[in-house]
Order: sequence, then structure tokens, then C-alpha cells
Amino acid sequence: MSRYQLTVVAIMAIFTYLPRFIPLTFYRKKITSPYLLSVLYYLPYAVLGALTFPGILNATPHMWESLFGGLACLFCAYREKGLVFVAIMGIVVSYITYLVLTII
Amino acid sequence: MFTNGLRRGMPIALGYFPVAFSFGVLCVNSHMPLGMATLISVTNFTSSGQFAGLNLMIAQASYFEVALTLLMINARYFLMSLSLSQKIDEHMNTLERMIVSFCISDETFALASLEVQPVTFRWMSGFLLGPFLGWSLGALAGELVVGLLPAAIQGAMGIALYGMFIAIIIPASKHALPVAFVVLMASLSHIFLTYIPLFHFMSAGFKLIFATLIASLVGAKIFPREVSDDE
Repeated sequence: MSRYQLTVVAIMAIFTYLPRFIPLTFYRKKITSPYLLSVLYYLPYAVLGALTFPGILNATPHMWESLFGGLACLFCAYREKGLVFVAIMGIVVSYITYLVLTII
Repeated sequence: MFTNGLRRGMPIALGYFPVAFSFGVLCVNSHMPLGMATLISVTNFTSSGQFAGLNLMIAQASYFEVALTLLMINARYFLMSLSLSQKIDEHMNTLERMIVSFCISDETFALASLEVQPVTFRWMSGFLLGPFLGWSLGALAGELVVGLLPAAIQGAMGIALYGMFIAIIIPASKHALPVAFVVLMASLSHIFLTYIPLFHFMSAGFKLIFATLIASLVGAKIFPREVSDDE
């Protein structure tokens, strides 16, 4: 590994850690504003929604594979299967889609 | 507490493994020295930032560019860290806070926030151990066994992480209309920001922050939550 590469890794690590570290370590007060508390309550759902769409379409090498895998996940999640089950069904259906696509 | 946390973190660990694996494969295919993917994963523990950083490294970008890009992509962690500061047990000391904050990611943040109780350091250590190992070992495995696993299976595994997200947001949306509203709004905003060429100037991390903030700010305005003791 070259000196340049190692320096880049160090810079990456520092600028990933700083925004994680500063608020949690130094902000010790309790937020009392009901509006702000509501925002913080909705935040994780918003993050997950934005992370999933449209990113899921590029989750696998082929769009159709991602689409059908994603639909399988949506179906299983709606039926309230567990996290791991939903993830594994996604992989299985994506793989089957890939196989079907190569046959056609 | 520790084992309860460990159990909660397992799905994330399973979801991280294939993503980190593909990062390991990508590093080797980009002619990075062996061990680089694992080194980056252990010291950074983040997905989008690592993929972006690797691309910059391949392009021989300047240190300043690396710092700025990573800061933009990771700015969302600032918000999550602030939110978690309200969630964690207030007796957590500085060293414990420093350790816990290292492992804040989109997924660990989301799941830890959804815990009903304030989270203690013991619970957090168990909870974060799985995802950290899944991420590091995934990258290591990716570097070492490139080629052993058929490419088609590697590809299909990419859906796992998204499957996890869906398994959280869909049932929650089913049970609470405000949550469904926030999820839908965040998704649509992010889709618009991604596909409308007008917004191409924004970095990926910034688009994510923007979509997330809009959805939670508007959601909180329309559906304010009653403050109660169990929150």
C-alpha cells in the first residue's frame, strides 16, 4: 500500500467519524420541543424510505432482477415476515429472475 | 441486555455481509492491494462513503477533495448522532459515547431509534458487534474469495440490505398512517432528486439528507406526536 493510499484511508476515516462523534459525545441536554421530538421520531423512517427508493433498482446487476426481488420483499414485508426472511426471499427471487432472464 | 442487543443487530449483520463482500470484490477488481478493502471497512464502517472514497483513490484525487466529499456524504450522521444523543442512557460516559458513535450508520441508527427503552452501553455493544463484524468480515471474504462465488449469486445478494429496510418500513407504515406518509414522502422526494437533471449538482449524500429532512419536517408538522413518558 502506498503512502498516498494510506493517507486517503486516514482522511476518509476522520471525516466519517467526526459527524458521528461530535453530537453524541458533546450534546448532553434533553430536547423538549414537541415539534423537534416529532421530527426525530419520524427521522429513521424517512432515512430508510429514502435509502430504499430509488436505490433498490440498482441493488443487483440487472434492473429486472432488482425489481422482482424488491417486489418479493414488499410482499413478504406486508405479510409481516421477519427481517431475515424478507432479505433471504429477496435474494432467492432475484437469483431466480436472473436464471429466467438468461434462459429467455 | 448484551444478548438482547446482539439479537437485534443480527439482521443488520446479515444484510451488511453481502454489501461489504461486494466492496471487497470491487477493491480487488480495481487493482487495490490485498487487505485494502478490509482496512477501509474496519476504519470507516460506512457504505456510501467507502465506495465514494475508493473511486476517489482510484482517480488519484487530492486530499482536499477526499475530505470534502466524505464530509458531504456523511453529514447525515451528524443528524443521526444528535437524534441518538436523546435516545441513549444519559449515564453513558465519554469513552462509551466515543465507541458507540463510531458505529452509527443508517441502519444501526434506524433500529436503535426504534427501541422502546433508552439504550444502554451494554445493549449497544451487543447490538453493534454483529453489524461491525458482518461489515469487516464481509469485506475480508470478498477480497479473499473473489471468483469462488458465482457472479450471479454475488449479484443477487445485493438485494439483501434493501430487503431489510423494506421489512422495517412496510409493517410500520401498515400500522401507522403518519409513518406511511413520511416513508412515502421521503421515497418520492429522493426519487425526484435522483432523476431530475436539475439536481445533478447535489452529491448523493446531500440528496439523502434533503429528502430525509423534508419528509420528517413536514410529517412532524402535519402529524405532531403527543409527548408521553414512554417515548
